[in-house]
Amino acid sequence: MATAGGCTVADPRSRSLLRLVSFCVLLAGFCRGNSVERKIYISVNKTAPCVRLLNATHQIGCQSSVSGDTGVIHVVEKEEDLQWVLTDGPNPPYVVLLEGALFTRNLMEKLKGRTSRIAGLAVSLAKPSPASGFSPSVQCPNDGFGIYSNSYGPEFAHCREIQWNPLGDGLAYEDFSFPIFLLEDENETKVIKQCYRDHNLSPNGSAPAFPLCAMQLFSHMHAVLSTVTCMRRSSIQSTFSINPEIVCDPLSDYNVWSMLKPINMSGMLEPDDKVVVAATRLDSRSFFWNVAPGAESAVASFVTQLAAAEALQKAPDVATLPRNVMFVFFQGETFDYIGSSRMVYDMEKGKFPVQLENIESFVELGQVALRNSLELWMHTDPMSQKNGSIQNQVEALLSTLERSGAGVPTVALRRLNQSQPLPPSSLQRFLRARNISGVVLADHSTVFHNHYYQSIYDTAENINVSYPEWQSPEEDLNFVTDTAKALADVATVLARALYQLAGGTNFTDAIQADAHTVTRLLYGFLVRANNSWFQSVLRQDLRSYLGDGPLQHYIAVSSPTNTTYVVQYALANLTGQVVDLTREQCQDPSKVPSENKDFVTLMVGFGILVFSLAVTYCINAKADVLFIAPREPGAVSY
Amino acid sequence: MTAAVFFGCAFIAFGPALALYIFTIATEPLRVIFLIIGAFFWLVSLLFSSLFWFMARTITDNKDGPIQKYLLILGVLVSVLIQEMFRFVYYKLLKKASEGLKTINPDETAPSMRLLAYVSGLGFGIMSGVFAFVNTLSDSLGPGTVGIHGDSPQFFLNSAFMTLVIILLHVFWGIIFFDGCEKKKWSALLVVLLTHLLVSALTFISPHYGINLVSTYLIMVLMGIWAFFVAGGSCRSLKLCLLCQDKDFLLFNQRSR
Repeated sequence: MATAGGCTVADPRSRSLLRLVSFCVLLAGFCRGNSVERKIYISVNKTAPCVRLLNATHQIGCQSSVSGDTGVIHVVEKEEDLQWVLTDGPNPPYVVLLEGALFTRNLMEKLKGRTSRIAGLAVSLAKPSPASGFSPSVQCPNDGFGIYSNSYGPEFAHCREIQWNPLGDGLAYEDFSFPIFLLEDENETKVIKQCYRDHNLSPNGSAPAFPLCAMQLFSHMHAVLSTVTCMRRSSIQSTFSINPEIVCDPLSDYNVWSMLKPINMSGMLEPDDKVVVAATRLDSRSFFWNVAPGAESAVASFVTQLAAAEALQKAPDVATLPRNVMFVFFQGETFDYIGSSRMVYDMEKGKFPVQLENIESFVELGQVALRNSLELWMHTDPMSQKNGSIQNQVEALLSTLERSGAGVPTVALRRLNQSQPLPPSSLQRFLRARNISGVVLADHSTVFHNHYYQSIYDTAENINVSYPEWQSPEEDLNFVTDTAKALADVATVLARALYQLAGGTNFTDAIQADAHTVTRLLYGFLVRANNSWFQSVLRQDLRSYLGDGPLQHYIAVSSPTNTTYVVQYALANLTGQVVDLTREQCQDPSKVPSENKDFVTLMVGFGILVFSLAVTYCINAKADVLFIAPREPGAVSY
Repeated sequence: MTAAVFFGCAFIAFGPALALYIFTIATEPLRVIFLIIGAFFWLVSLLFSSLFWFMARTITDNKDGPIQKYLLILGVLVSVLIQEMFRFVYYKLLKKASEGLKTINPDETAPSMRLLAYVSGLGFGIMSGVFAFVNTLSDSLGPGTVGIHGDSPQFFLNSAFMTLVIILLHVFWGIIFFDGCEKKKWSALLVVLLTHLLVSALTFISPHYGINLVSTYLIMVLMGIWAFFVAGGSCRSLKLCLLCQDKDFLLFNQRSR
């Protein structure tokens, strides 16, 4: 800056110094965060929220307010502790920290009615899993979207005959107006409980003194009412707004499918080309967003089918089989059969190379990991078998299955009587479109053997996949568990059955699924995705999808999900042919109620402001008198 | 926690500064300019202090432990030295500028050095207060209060009162410092520097807020009294003012400010 007196002209050296200084100041800004904030808040990192989901008519899930819901923490370890929250506690609203074992419908009904006193709920994972089972899904999964309705098979509709999931309490399909979070890390739960013990407990049940330990939960959802409302609002935004805000996203992803013999993708199959379809599902869910271990409900089934695909591909006369085999892995079956209904739609509209009339038979793998005494049940649809020709085809299908299963002593295939409906399965969507002969293989004859169907506890432990503690991750990857052997046997039965259904006869006994493959797949999907085998099959840029824990098999809104990618690449690795190409050639992917103290601070502030205004005014007015040295005129100002 | 605490603490910390600004600075544009330049000088002094601390941190390779605390103390003391140095630089600048101002505006009387002392002190004080307190204020807006790790919940109130006293202290130091420079009384400069160091050192004994605040307020009162006398006040004028006998007094005296 230039002054009237001595001149300082900015010369090149000082300009670069100025730049260096400002750069250093910028760098200094990127250091640790705000230390005052750390005296006030502790963030909880390993959590999973419960989000809002919509269907055509209703909304389910949880909602928080825009700026989060704050409440005083109260730990509920037994039912009686809830009284404090509901009636006795003097400092509502409360955030309840709930033990996992208490997260039942009973308790949630009590909380649901008292939203003025509840700001939110944090559930800690129960270790070990609740012994009596836990399933937030409904008792009749996918009801209304399968084949049985009041007009078609009314005696089977709405699970009148068999309640498939008797332990289901339907919590995941309720609408809550407060946020609910899952605390996945035990250490963080301990920190919260310690904070509660330090600040929120008072002797003899009186009101504890402020400040109190509180929790703030953010999970604001923009979508409301139903899909129809939401899509209408989003479309209004996209049409008229400069900066459109889409308020909901569709649950969507991709199915994974492959053919045993290659087909021409651009055209349609001839009506005489018959295809045997082997189907299973890829996804599961739980009460919380993106937590879906799905061991028994999804993983075991698709791992078995992957092993069967590998075994069948190795048969010597695959290329000369009369009929083709299509392996398909449906995504989104948990939510009203998203994947299978879309495939049926595409087949009907001619957008898929395989048409409905090409399907000769349909073999689906249901839940297969919890077999009692080696039994594997074959479920068929009674309604379609009222037609004589279909009944014959189903009969032939079942006999073929039994013949293939005869060679595997550790799997005992059993038939069911005609009056039982199909369990929830993708076959039901195909039957809605066309009567085909199909069978669903499952480990249960009536109700599910899975006590944790579509819940956070459907993990590796649920299907008895465990590894000795002293082993390293690489050893675990290659350790063949008993579950892996059992699933490999089921895969062998499936592969041999598909071979025979496709018309093969000579090499049935040579087809054998590899338990080693099954155990590696189980380890990767249920225990640790970031292992050497998964890394070797995935593309370089997708390796970040593999985390250090298990993969979560939830159909999210951004697609494809990790599971879809990994299954696709595993299927390609297990059934594809190695070609001699270089890489370049191959690739052409709580309001807190302390108003008293706050009010006092505010009043003190106002007081000081008013007082200083008054004093300054007075001093200013009398400044002539106050600040004058009266004796020497003229020598006062300088 | 909540808006009430935010506004309360904001008014406590910045109320007097706002009052001083409204009644004494805002009326004259030249004073506003000098205030802002003073604030800028303080900011530049802090820039150099942070540069020093950054280099010291880099030299010690950011190791954690007691060395960081000693570095912080050293950083603060060096910062005080640099701030007072910039106060001196500002004084020199104003001295040189006063001749230039006379040529720009020959009709109006240029502001006296005493007034500029007050304005520069207020500029330093306001900038120092804003820098120290605004981040803490913004954290007070959320629903939580300090205390989850055992610190005192009176943190916001104490910070507000501390900021208030520092702003007022800067005003008084400015007046005393410039007067010392004018009259070549270097002992006054030394006292200003030493009390500034003392006040900064006192902040290190937090969380014992009681001793901290009481002693700092005591120092402020002492500085205030000294500044009052340096600025031309006297017991007599104070008595006359308070007893409202000033009208006769004015008739017999020149007015100069």
